[in-house]
Amino acid sequence: MNNIIVYCELDEGKIADVSFELLTKGRSLATQLNCKLEALLIGDNLQGLEKEIFPYGVDTIYMADDKRLSPYSTLPHTSIVVNLFREQKPQIALMGATTIGRDLGPRVSSALKSGLTADCTELEIGDHEDKKQNKVYKDLLYQIRPAFGGNIIATIINPDCRPQMATVREGVMKKAIADPDYKGEIVQLDIEKYVDDTDFVVKIIERHIEKTKVNIKNSPVIISGGFGVGSAENFKLLHKLAALLGGEVGASRAAVDAGFAEHERQVGQTGITVRPKLYIACGISGQIQHLAGMLESSIIISINQDPNAPINKIANYVITGRVENVIPKMIKYYKEHTK
Amino acid sequence: MKEFQIVVLAKQVPDTRNIGKDAMKADGTVNRAVLPAIFNPEDLHALEQALRIKDQFPGSTITLLTMGPPRAVEILKEGFYRGADDGILLTDRAFAGSDTLATSYALSCAIRKIKNVDLIVCGRQAIDGDTAQVGPQVAEKLGIPQITYAEEIVSITNDKIQVKRRLERGIETVESAFPVLITVNSSAPHCRPRNAKRLMKYKHSSTTSNRQESNEDYLATAVTKAYLTIKEWSVNNIDAEPEELGLGGSPTKVKKVDNIAFQSKESRTLDDFDEDIDGLMKELIEAHIIG
Repeated sequence: MNNIIVYCELDEGKIADVSFELLTKGRSLATQLNCKLEALLIGDNLQGLEKEIFPYGVDTIYMADDKRLSPYSTLPHTSIVVNLFREQKPQIALMGATTIGRDLGPRVSSALKSGLTADCTELEIGDHEDKKQNKVYKDLLYQIRPAFGGNIIATIINPDCRPQMATVREGVMKKAIADPDYKGEIVQLDIEKYVDDTDFVVKIIERHIEKTKVNIKNSPVIISGGFGVGSAENFKLLHKLAALLGGEVGASRAAVDAGFAEHERQVGQTGITVRPKLYIACGISGQIQHLAGMLESSIIISINQDPNAPINKIANYVITGRVENVIPKMIKYYKEHTK
Repeated sequence: MKEFQIVVLAKQVPDTRNIGKDAMKADGTVNRAVLPAIFNPEDLHALEQALRIKDQFPGSTITLLTMGPPRAVEILKEGFYRGADDGILLTDRAFAGSDTLATSYALSCAIRKIKNVDLIVCGRQAIDGDTAQVGPQVAEKLGIPQITYAEEIVSITNDKIQVKRRLERGIETVESAFPVLITVNSSAPHCRPRNAKRLMKYKHSSTTSNRQESNEDYLATAVTKAYLTIKEWSVNNIDAEPEELGLGGSPTKVKKVDNIAFQSKESRTLDDFDEDIDGLMKELIEAHIIG
């Protein structure tokens, strides 16, 4: 009761990175709240996966293991989560802000009439004083996220409803094993008690999963372009430099919306969070929602015509100039001075 | 041939790409009145999917439903120009301050009033919140299945629909019976443009309250051309529990809103001259950042 439950997502039979990241965050919140950290795993053929989960400091793993539960489908997974939450009454529930978490989370929150905050960039514990009702709430989950097109940061709370639910994008939290020998217990759920036959009305006809083409999350060098790059044609310059430096091309949301780059390359709160050694921001003005996804890069270079672009404030180097002038010069120097 | 009863959920959103400083009110909610307002882009993609179904099943009816302030009627008109048959503006002070859950509740109550709805289509998410929650929550409140991230309706028969979904790393085709709610991605086809004839026909459509406000001769219009009067529903029209609406019915509260000041770094400013760029590249190579 009153524990923290992380919904662990499976991706082709493997636990998704975002789930490990949430377990890591969940562990520190559980320690702070002096409650248990629990994981919920729903799928098929789950035996053995507990070995990967316990080291994150997980006290209980609920397993719903059934052929019909894989791949993910909205209704059966919702039923299990909702019924388990009704029974266990967690105070906090966390999910990845993935296509699965963003399909499941709202459905669960609606069924439980509890609040859900999407795409949080930080989760903290704190108190809240409701002056109107003269009431003090202890140890609430502060769900912190850029809001409103990323122009401000909002702290959201759920004072009265439980669980307090939040989704977090992959890469936002760091993953770290708490204790390789951590001991917890496994609770096998009796599926029949949680799922109804009518939950299987939506049928998966065909499924085609591609290998990830773009891997910017782990790239040490990212050349990222914004709306200021001007065209998909100019983006080719970024690709050229990225290929040369062994890096990847990223993009701001405005550049993706304008069709200059694929959605998989979007860096920011609603895209991917990255922490490369070098981040070159080309023609990116620097809305909070973008900065949230790249602030922790070791070295940031901003190339912008506007000397007052907000991103310049957090850059180590600011080059005032046009992207199509600067990048070829970088390429030329690099080619001439390395093997 | 089946005649589908289709509801398209749409939202008028502030154009978040053009935001001024006075966009937030003191209580942390959005001051929509000061921002340019547009038809939420993915909701237009949703309208297109509905129109395609109507192309295939001509007797079908498309009702555009939006919740918002009186000026949200603009997007209903936009929907008429592009082919929607009917529009409902759900507007009431009681809805003010709604989070996604209270919004979904109000919308689901309104959909129940429309009756015999086979299909609800809406955009995956709105650009002012990016939460992608209202679609699934409406489906849950109505007790019907949902298909999120739809890119294409692969096939539709009298009793089944097959939809291709765009996932992070691939695609999935699923099949559902009716009723079902579908949320549409921006990777789906764009909405067809306005139709000139429809534009002429619906140009003067409005709600009765908007007409009253602008002192138009609304009674005359309502009598001669009933289709020009856009339906306006309040709390009283949708049989909703008042405590589940608006700020009071919203479990999430905005505790505070901050304008973030990032810690400025000591940055070096360079020009785009050759020697500046060369010097920087030399430094990066020597520090083994690159190379």
